[in-house]
Amino acid sequence: MITLAGICREFMVGDERVAALRDVDLTIATGEYVAVMGPSGSGKSTLLNIIGLLDRPDAGTYLLDGDYITGLGDRQQAALRRHKIGFVFQFFHLVPRMTAAENIELPMILAGIDPSERKRRVAATIDAFGIGNRARHRPDQLSGGQRQRVAIARAVIMQPHTLLADEPTGNLDRVSGGEVVEILEGLNSGGITLITVTHDPDLGKRAGRRIRMVDGRIESED
Amino acid sequence: MYLRDIIGFSLRASLGYPVRTFLMLLAMAIGVGSVVILSTLGEGARRYVIGQFSNLGTNLIIVLPGRSETVGGPPPLLGITPRDLTLDDAMALLRSSSIRHVAPLTVGAAPVSVGVRQRETTILGSTPSLLPLRQLEMAQGRFLPEGDPTRAAPICVLGYEIKAELFGAAPAVGESVRIGDRRFRIIGVLSDKGESVGMDMGDIVIVPVASAQALFNTSSLFRIMIEASDRDAIGRAKEAIAAIIRERHDGEDDVTIVTQDAILATFDRIFVALTLTVAGIAAISLAVAGILIMNVMLIAVSQRRSEVGLLKAIGAPGNRILLLFLVEAAILSLVGAAFGLILAAAGIWVLGRIFPDFPLSMPLWSLAAAVGVALSSGLVFGVLPARRAARLDPVQSLSRR
Repeated sequence: MITLAGICREFMVGDERVAALRDVDLTIATGEYVAVMGPSGSGKSTLLNIIGLLDRPDAGTYLLDGDYITGLGDRQQAALRRHKIGFVFQFFHLVPRMTAAENIELPMILAGIDPSERKRRVAATIDAFGIGNRARHRPDQLSGGQRQRVAIARAVIMQPHTLLADEPTGNLDRVSGGEVVEILEGLNSGGITLITVTHDPDLGKRAGRRIRMVDGRIESED
Repeated sequence: MYLRDIIGFSLRASLGYPVRTFLMLLAMAIGVGSVVILSTLGEGARRYVIGQFSNLGTNLIIVLPGRSETVGGPPPLLGITPRDLTLDDAMALLRSSSIRHVAPLTVGAAPVSVGVRQRETTILGSTPSLLPLRQLEMAQGRFLPEGDPTRAAPICVLGYEIKAELFGAAPAVGESVRIGDRRFRIIGVLSDKGESVGMDMGDIVIVPVASAQALFNTSSLFRIMIEASDRDAIGRAKEAIAAIIRERHDGEDDVTIVTQDAILATFDRIFVALTLTVAGIAAISLAVAGILIMNVMLIAVSQRRSEVGLLKAIGAPGNRILLLFLVEAAILSLVGAAFGLILAAAGIWVLGRIFPDFPLSMPLWSLAAAVGVALSSGLVFGVLPARRAARLDPVQSLSRR
């Protein structure tokens, strides 16, 4: 359960202050499927980053499952990112020198999980996502759709309860994009909270709830 | 995170950028290699010289005419002419109980001939004490006989090389040679054992000191070699020598008395300083290698921004990232140092082939020091880029491609 209250975030662009988020209040229940939509610069990516603990708000409070997150130090926030939150990016962000399997293994290495357990989980995930024959290829040998699938596998390998996707289909063609969305929705029906940021109105329609943002504020919900 | 995984991650990160890694390894290897080779050479030079001088024997004292120390003050108006060391001076030294052997030396060069074969050779005039003093051994015949040292007898002892040159395999004892314009009878041949007096003992002819003085028309001695009665007596012997000579030379201190210990200690100090200086200069190249590492790693950090951002996004805290980059710098330093050691070993092997008589063994302290400095250099210069990586804003680095 994610609760945001009075969240504000400002950036310095050149020597001007730009407000990315103004006084945002938001509650998302566990297992929900939410799409955050709006024009460029509306603050939707910033909102996602704050929920995902990649960024800190300048004001306001963030409660995750009833715990205050805003006061936590770097190590504790990192621990939460490891175990409770999974991130999927528009540009995939796979480590180019590692194979697909090694990329998927990475969060477990950081978490200190022992090697045999890691191998087991990676093997299971690879099967589930249908990338078995590409597991030993490097990202530059994979198609866009395959890369995003690897990225999603990496994002959920630690079994987080929230999955955040920032324009997940932004770099993909319609067919691959569709496959990726199905995977994400499949994970959501398994109980993971799914929050996507998207331009695509068709993608937004599929969500259980849409949040429209303009100029750093939530304009409407449905 | 397991240590194995940390090392594995950093190792694969280095391998992922082969050119950059190669350059860093090369810089480190050259730095470490040059430190080790140069200290090995310096240490070898020290050992070589010390070894040569050690052969002089430890209770040895050498008296040289003239005072070799410079004292401050204006040059004297009437120069101080050092008196010659004479045979009588040498014999007078036997009075001291701290002295066991005294061997006066007169040296010159003269043509030595047998029949038609002739050679310009070093002629050494001395007394029978030279045999025990320099631990010489006879291959044939005998050494100079005891007797009045002021008497010039026409007898000589040949070195083994000159004997071979003039006589080949034929016996030389009892034969006659011409030295300069006089005839001498050969009474013995030296073997190739024994210590040198600072000249090649194979290519030498030894005659009684008085004969040498007559041959070269001089009454002065080249030097006097003295053996103290034992190690503890060296100090007293030195004082006794100074006193006796001073008395005989009208109160002038115009000789230089040198003990082997002092020579060795001086040379040792000189060579240690030389080696450290040279190694220190080479160590500068290690600092340069460290700066190169910092440079290259700073570039690497900026190239890997999105990777670092990703690591943070999947839950690596800032100090974990710091550690990963530091370990990478450390691994590169150590591997570079290892290559440097191999390089040094190869270089020393080559030098050993070219100069087989030169003692070459890598001093352990330089190995440890080089590797230690390499590692610290890598870590110190790796800290800045690692901190920069740890502080990267994930949002910034992930919003780009």
